[in-house]
Amino acid sequence: MSDFSRRRFIRLTAAAPLAAGVLSSTALTETGKSFSPVPGKASPAAKAGRSFVPMTQEIARKRIQEQHLPNLPMLTHEGKRVLFYDDLVKDRVVTLNFFYSHCDEICPLVTANLVKVQKLLGAQVGRDIHMYSFTLKPEEDSVDVIRNYRKKFGANWTFLTTTPDAMEKLRKAIGFSYPDPKIDADKTQHIGNVRYGNEPLMYWAACPGMARAEFVAESWQWMIHPR
Amino acid sequence: MYYNVFGEKVSKRRFKEMCEAAKNRRELIAAGLTSRRDLMKMGLLTAGGMLVAKSGLSARAQTQSQAPAPAGPATRTNKPPSSGQNTSPGTNQNCVPGNQTQSPTTKPFVTPLPIMPIAAKTALSTFDPQPTNAPNTSSGADGSEHRAFTHQGPDRFPGQFPNANALGNNYYKFHQRQFTTNQMSPQLPAQTIWGFDDGTHGPMSPGPTYQAFYGTPQMTRNINSLPNINQVNNTGFGFPSVSTHLHNAHNPSESDGNPCDFYANGQFCDQYYPNVLAGFSTGQFGTSGDINESLATLWYHDHRVDFTSQNTYKGLTGFYCLFNNLDTGDESTGFHLPSFPAFDIPLHFSDRVFDPNTGDLVFDLFNLDGILGDKFLVNGVIQPFLQVEPRRYRFRLLDTGPSRFYQFFLTGNISSNPTTNPFWLIGTDGNLIPAPVQVTSVRIGPAERVDIIIDFSSLAGQTVYLENRLSQLNGQGPVAVDSQLFTQDEAVNTECSGVLAKTTPAIKMAGAGDLVLQFQVSGKAVRDGSADPRTQTFYSLPTTTDTPRIVRTFKFDRLNGQWSINGQFMDCGIGPSGFSEKFRFTVQENSSEHWLLTNLTGDWTHPVHIHLEEHQILSRNRKAPTVATDLGRKDVTQLHPNERVELFFRFRDWLHKYPIHCHNVVHEDHAMMALWHIEATGDNIQVP
Repeated sequence: MSDFSRRRFIRLTAAAPLAAGVLSSTALTETGKSFSPVPGKASPAAKAGRSFVPMTQEIARKRIQEQHLPNLPMLTHEGKRVLFYDDLVKDRVVTLNFFYSHCDEICPLVTANLVKVQKLLGAQVGRDIHMYSFTLKPEEDSVDVIRNYRKKFGANWTFLTTTPDAMEKLRKAIGFSYPDPKIDADKTQHIGNVRYGNEPLMYWAACPGMARAEFVAESWQWMIHPR
Repeated sequence: MYYNVFGEKVSKRRFKEMCEAAKNRRELIAAGLTSRRDLMKMGLLTAGGMLVAKSGLSARAQTQSQAPAPAGPATRTNKPPSSGQNTSPGTNQNCVPGNQTQSPTTKPFVTPLPIMPIAAKTALSTFDPQPTNAPNTSSGADGSEHRAFTHQGPDRFPGQFPNANALGNNYYKFHQRQFTTNQMSPQLPAQTIWGFDDGTHGPMSPGPTYQAFYGTPQMTRNINSLPNINQVNNTGFGFPSVSTHLHNAHNPSESDGNPCDFYANGQFCDQYYPNVLAGFSTGQFGTSGDINESLATLWYHDHRVDFTSQNTYKGLTGFYCLFNNLDTGDESTGFHLPSFPAFDIPLHFSDRVFDPNTGDLVFDLFNLDGILGDKFLVNGVIQPFLQVEPRRYRFRLLDTGPSRFYQFFLTGNISSNPTTNPFWLIGTDGNLIPAPVQVTSVRIGPAERVDIIIDFSSLAGQTVYLENRLSQLNGQGPVAVDSQLFTQDEAVNTECSGVLAKTTPAIKMAGAGDLVLQFQVSGKAVRDGSADPRTQTFYSLPTTTDTPRIVRTFKFDRLNGQWSINGQFMDCGIGPSGFSEKFRFTVQENSSEHWLLTNLTGDWTHPVHIHLEEHQILSRNRKAPTVATDLGRKDVTQLHPNERVELFFRFRDWLHKYPIHCHNVVHEDHAMMALWHIEATGDNIQVP
């Protein structure tokens, strides 16, 4: 079991006593006896409630990280080993999108469009904003393949590959999946959006990779200079 | 292939176990074996409190399934639900898409329904800087102004609309603020959310309710007083940059709250609401406009491009009720509708999710399809109750989303043999229909409104519920649309397919849905000064027979997960002015158009909203509409799977920029929106 799913497993374990709570409250209502309590007066049990971990901004940030920004090992187009959260996303303004080198339909359009965006952003890329493209077919797209792909398009941002398992986890974690498993498994229909965000400020959104480059650049500026 | 709720592949065996677990759980409930002791006795719960994982009986697994109805189409009967069928009120058993948590348990019907106060006015003398017709160039204690252009009312119609600094006492100052509240449930910790502060009542969500009158122009200074956008002040979602839209209003575009006209803390926008009927400038209806275009139930909400779902989820919504000399708010005059606000009550519906560990409101930031909550809030409280007298009430129902559709029934006798009680539909999208229609249910989608009258006189002494019986599994929309009810014979394509299949009811049995609001009807007979809906008529519908200047087509689609209209995406086109300068097409002022909305996807419902003018539905798939809520004037139309809907529009009075967009706010935020203009000369682009 990988680190990522172990964390999920622990989370589930922590939630399990809650399930029993859900069940017993359901039972209360099933009997029909305590269905409508005295108006305006919470029962003592209701008042007591249960204790919660006090909410903090650190918890909020960690929650986003745990659910959506897994710290998976990755390889850059230069063959450098990096961890997704620690090395790529943490404390940064980032953009995340998917491609694969033999994709004939949407990927070349998106990559070419992002090159336009990159030109509009100029020196901000790699300094104020970090762009990352991840291959959906790591089994085909080795470091050499993604390096050549990047060069072919004249892209100056970071392209990444990893194990198929890790990449699949990343894709699901950042929400680039379909509710219908059949469509989800069809890589030609893969999500063409670009996730953009400011990790420390916890601002996240997404835009179509094929939207007009000027507007894509504009929306990313909201993360660099929020307004 | 099979997946769990996290989107992780699971074996067929594991998937079966998950389904089995859900079934087990229902059986356990049915058997009354629900205490920890009982479960432990049966070996289903370990001493550590963890439900035995190998059978999949986990907190997540239970969200995998909806109790399947008996096979066959006869799912809607008055047969009492078998025990176990009536699941815990508010514990939504739907299949929630991955990455969502399940909320902590809350006790329903312990908190009275809050009724938002009527928005308080603010003296003009406190405005700093003072309002100006052109966007303010000086700043003051209220900050600096961010407005696209000069107020069109006094600028283009100087005899009719007073200057921005001459609106008598009809000024409001609304701060958008972050605040902390315990309102949602006594079982949840205090929540830090966003709301509106009118300067008198303090910050609240939903915001205060405007009581506005036709013929009385007013202005709201919307001030962004949310936390500094450059600091970590966030609870994990929300972008403190706003543009407040007055939804359904026939308003000039600079005051409309355009999604691209957003601004951060320290800035404000003076929004001039003329409260004038459509058609006032055409010469056909004098200078007052067409009485048959009267609006009644409007709402205001944040519309910040790309972030509307987060910001409205965090609380930036409220009601705007508009009255005239017929719909007066006084049951002794005009149409004699129940008096506002005592017997005319706005109901603001929203569904939400809370973190199981911290109990705080959470939002799935990384969702592209639509977000469902497992807690149902009315006026900001989870499952409240309302004490009513045995008489007629007018309720203004508003679905604020983000993505949930509802079909509301009035359910009585819940504990033994649930009944379905009729009520009256009097308005669609908040506008009175020609005459009340008696219905047993009403369906609304995100941003839609319906006005209804419930006569509690025959229910004296009883407890009845507003119950949502609509099955919805994910952001795609309801399981089946009105036109397909009970004829569904194909498996539903969702990650829950294995569970749902053919027997999933589109409409759940009486008592098996989500009990959203409890009415406690007092027993003592009271005087009712409102008119009997049977005897009432309201406005006529404006004609739709004009020859359209142009027919435009809008295809709502999904291209590689990217929500699109005619294959294109939202584009603010913000230019050097700091405001949007790009748009897709231009409508001609004082002309009629037909708009064809098409949706060739088989599984998505899009509630499509068009700003400025209302429309009427001419046809759905070339047939005249039949559903009661389709028969009035609309500003949001549900575009169902495989549908082509034809709309009739008249465009009048105000100029410049407005959007058309999907109001499933998650789709809207992911580019399913287009900007258009209305100008003296229109274009002939048929597929914009």
